[in-house]
Amino acid sequence: MNNYETIIGLEVHAQLATVTKMFCGCRAVFGAPPNTVTCPICQGMPGSLPVINRRAVEFGIMTALALGCGINAHNRFARKHYYYPDMPKNYQISQYEEPLAEHGRLVVDTGPGPREIGIQRVHLEEDVGKLLHEGALETAQSSSVDYNRAGVPLMEIVSKPDLRSPDEAAAYLKALRAIVVFLRVCDGNMEEGSLRCDANISLRPRGQAEYGTKVEIKNMNSFRNVRDALEHEIKRQTRALATGERIVQETRLWDPDRMVTVSMRSKEFAHDYRYFPEPDLPPLDVQPAWVDEVRARLPELPEARRARFQSAYGLSAYEADLLVQGRGLADYFETAAKAAGKPKSVANWVLNELLRELPGDDDRALEACPISPANLAGLIGLIDDGTISGKIAKDVFEKMYRSGDTAQAIVSREGLTQVADEGALGAAVDRVLAEHAKVVEDYRAGKKAALGFLVGQVMKATQGKANPALANRLLIEKLPKV
Amino acid sequence: MAALAWLTAHELGARYRSGEATPTQAVTEYLGRIDALDPRLFAFLTVTREDALRRAAESDARFRAGTPRGPLDGVPIALKDVLCTRGIRTTCGSKILERFVPPYDATVVARLFAAGAILLGKLNMDEFAMGSSTEHSAFFTTRNPWDLARVPGGSSGGAAAVVAAGLAPLSLGTDTGGSIRQPAAFSGVLGMKPTYGRVSRYGLIAFASSLDQVGPFARDAEDAALLLGTIAGPDPMDSTAIDVPVPDYRAALGQGIEGLRLGVPAEYFIEGVDPEVEQAVRTAIATLEKLGARTVPVSLPHTEYGLAAYYVIAPAEASSNLARYDGVKYGLRVPGARDVIDMYSKTRAAGFGTEVKRRVMLGTYVLSAGYYDAYYGQAQKVRTLVRRDFDAAFAQVDLIVAPTTPGVAFKMGEKEDPIQMYLNDIFTIPANLAGLPGVSIPGGFTQAGLPIGLQLIAPAFDEATLLRATHAYQTVTDWHTRKPPFHE
Repeated sequence: MNNYETIIGLEVHAQLATVTKMFCGCRAVFGAPPNTVTCPICQGMPGSLPVINRRAVEFGIMTALALGCGINAHNRFARKHYYYPDMPKNYQISQYEEPLAEHGRLVVDTGPGPREIGIQRVHLEEDVGKLLHEGALETAQSSSVDYNRAGVPLMEIVSKPDLRSPDEAAAYLKALRAIVVFLRVCDGNMEEGSLRCDANISLRPRGQAEYGTKVEIKNMNSFRNVRDALEHEIKRQTRALATGERIVQETRLWDPDRMVTVSMRSKEFAHDYRYFPEPDLPPLDVQPAWVDEVRARLPELPEARRARFQSAYGLSAYEADLLVQGRGLADYFETAAKAAGKPKSVANWVLNELLRELPGDDDRALEACPISPANLAGLIGLIDDGTISGKIAKDVFEKMYRSGDTAQAIVSREGLTQVADEGALGAAVDRVLAEHAKVVEDYRAGKKAALGFLVGQVMKATQGKANPALANRLLIEKLPKV
Repeated sequence: MAALAWLTAHELGARYRSGEATPTQAVTEYLGRIDALDPRLFAFLTVTREDALRRAAESDARFRAGTPRGPLDGVPIALKDVLCTRGIRTTCGSKILERFVPPYDATVVARLFAAGAILLGKLNMDEFAMGSSTEHSAFFTTRNPWDLARVPGGSSGGAAAVVAAGLAPLSLGTDTGGSIRQPAAFSGVLGMKPTYGRVSRYGLIAFASSLDQVGPFARDAEDAALLLGTIAGPDPMDSTAIDVPVPDYRAALGQGIEGLRLGVPAEYFIEGVDPEVEQAVRTAIATLEKLGARTVPVSLPHTEYGLAAYYVIAPAEASSNLARYDGVKYGLRVPGARDVIDMYSKTRAAGFGTEVKRRVMLGTYVLSAGYYDAYYGQAQKVRTLVRRDFDAAFAQVDLIVAPTTPGVAFKMGEKEDPIQMYLNDIFTIPANLAGLPGVSIPGGFTQAGLPIGLQLIAPAFDEATLLRATHAYQTVTDWHTRKPPFHE
């Protein structure tokens, strides 16, 4: 424990998963050839004007409500000015003095107990384009610009400086990501930049009320990067303070290869953004009725759902946690659990088998899953009523996943119905005992493991269709007593 | 057969419908006049000859088939070069956009084309609409048809001059601080700035977004009514275009002004107003009274602060709107730059004229950290006070009547001091700050034969009353039918 307290605040930018861009009708898609998803508006051509994407505002309201923010009935857009070739107008339409929402909170738990992290504000803005340099930036002979991303809606979520450690910062970011992914307002992909995080970090002597000089850190595109960059920055600032060096207010970039932060620009060179209210857009009035309407459509959030899965379905915290990693997965589980009436087995099948086939946080993959929740319930029903064994069921699951057929169809087609007829199975048991006299001898001699082998042989003889419990019982009955 | 050029649009339409004339005849005649006279007037930056003849032929066919699109079908029009025209270069009077060809039409242009109007060309203006004389055009100065040594006013100088000189029956300009009404006054034509939000700004190259508005130039109220009716109304592409129903302006023209209450603001009849201007305006007021209007003295006490507030707000917005002209995407790019900052600097240094640079610097300064509240914040407060002045006045009156400008058209090169130039707009700026509609109509001539503008200002969205009063005035006066000596 050193003598300094760490103060961290995060600014998170989430790209909104709207169909169209923030202020024009261009589709907000990725991977298209450069400058093919653009129009006069998102290229900032003379005379073009922005029009607010209502869906993006709704996404902002949803997130703000999930974070317990107050929605400002009267909010407005503002222009933020700085020159950079990836920004078509050389100003970004953002929000400044009157953001969409303010004063929320997010509870994070890193072990010692839950802590409430304040949310300062949630506001909407537009993304910029991308520069492509010929070679390294410093020596590039030419640069090209792609405006496909320009104008894609962004939501900025600013925390209060309430985070006290890199772990807590990462936990906050994870919880925030879970919320936006659950709300389906952002795909949450940090590597691809759909979710970006900047941090403000400062140190102060323990017990001191005022904050120390803060440093802004950019370019952290994974949870790991966030933790590593902040760890590094704490060490750097601690060392500086210990040697009496002054911390400079500046922006630093995280270099994940060298695992260091590097100074990018100091305060003297900070931009004067010259914010002023965007005159091309009237103030955005968010009527309480609209907020209520959005609130009514708000899905159950991961935290609440996790708790309900434990109390209503008797799942462990671990199981519930895994099942709420995505809204699609949670929905899948719940639909199947209701259909099967056996939540615990459904959870086992989903966690052990389904997640082997597809990523649990991929809602689209779940949507397209060849085994519908009803069909999974059908499979579990066949096990319960003894039609197939658990072992056969795993094969059937595989086949269902490949073909999209129901369990019943596969079982009938392939004749997989379990042999639970004592007479039929008794004959098979007799055959196995006769063929494995040596093993029977071992069993008599006290080698208990021999029974397992014999059960396996019965299963093999019936192509796995034997009811394992019945096979077991018949073997014990027919084997010499020991 | 120089018979068509001086007809109004509605007269021209009547001839088309009766078969006495065709759009091609009119367009051909206008193109001939442009060829003959524009070398002395310097109003056109671009003449769209082939496009005009093609559209005229199409319009001819519609009239032959008995399916014209409406009253503006086949009517020639010219546009201030601040309005984007697809496939036709749009310079905004600036070197930086000298070769800019927009891939889209401004909403007003699209509406004109949909109504069958025929574009003759694009008109000179002060660069980025910043000026009162067209002397700040990067290309040349347009001349006043009443005296070629004088300016036509600005920034929509070309748009005023062509209507005055009979080179087009109609034109569109834009008005940010008086840029339609002041050149209309100087050039002796009707020029109207509609209510802010009445006409879409989509495709209007922005100078000051909270003030800019597109409006018509015409010779009489009926033409202005037709043109405004065609371009007005909400637009999904412009969130500041307000969804207020557009009345049939033409239908209301003949209702007279019996009982109309006219406010005469003391602050617009002050020292410094040319006595000949004041005399003409007072005479015009007397004429309106004879038509049944009643005059009421009103006060707009914050008028004198309007100019100062305007010269904070407009440059602030301009500094932002003009940031996009950086050489990256379109327009001028000066080659040979060391890096991107150098490219910006060289491009903007070469591409912008002095007045534009002055306003960009002014605007950048007033928005800077530490100065914002003292300048921009304060100016917005003044703007609110100016608006309240009008609200109070319109509680008592239906229209306000005043001079459009303190003086008449000045000589080229006469106003070298920017402040002297800015003072031209002192009576037009308040309507922009308050977002109100205003019109300047010919209200007399000086001894020297220069036109004098009479300004009428109405409450928001009451352009109909402006046009009705204009029409009533024009039925008993003939200032608007006089032709400048220049034309023959």
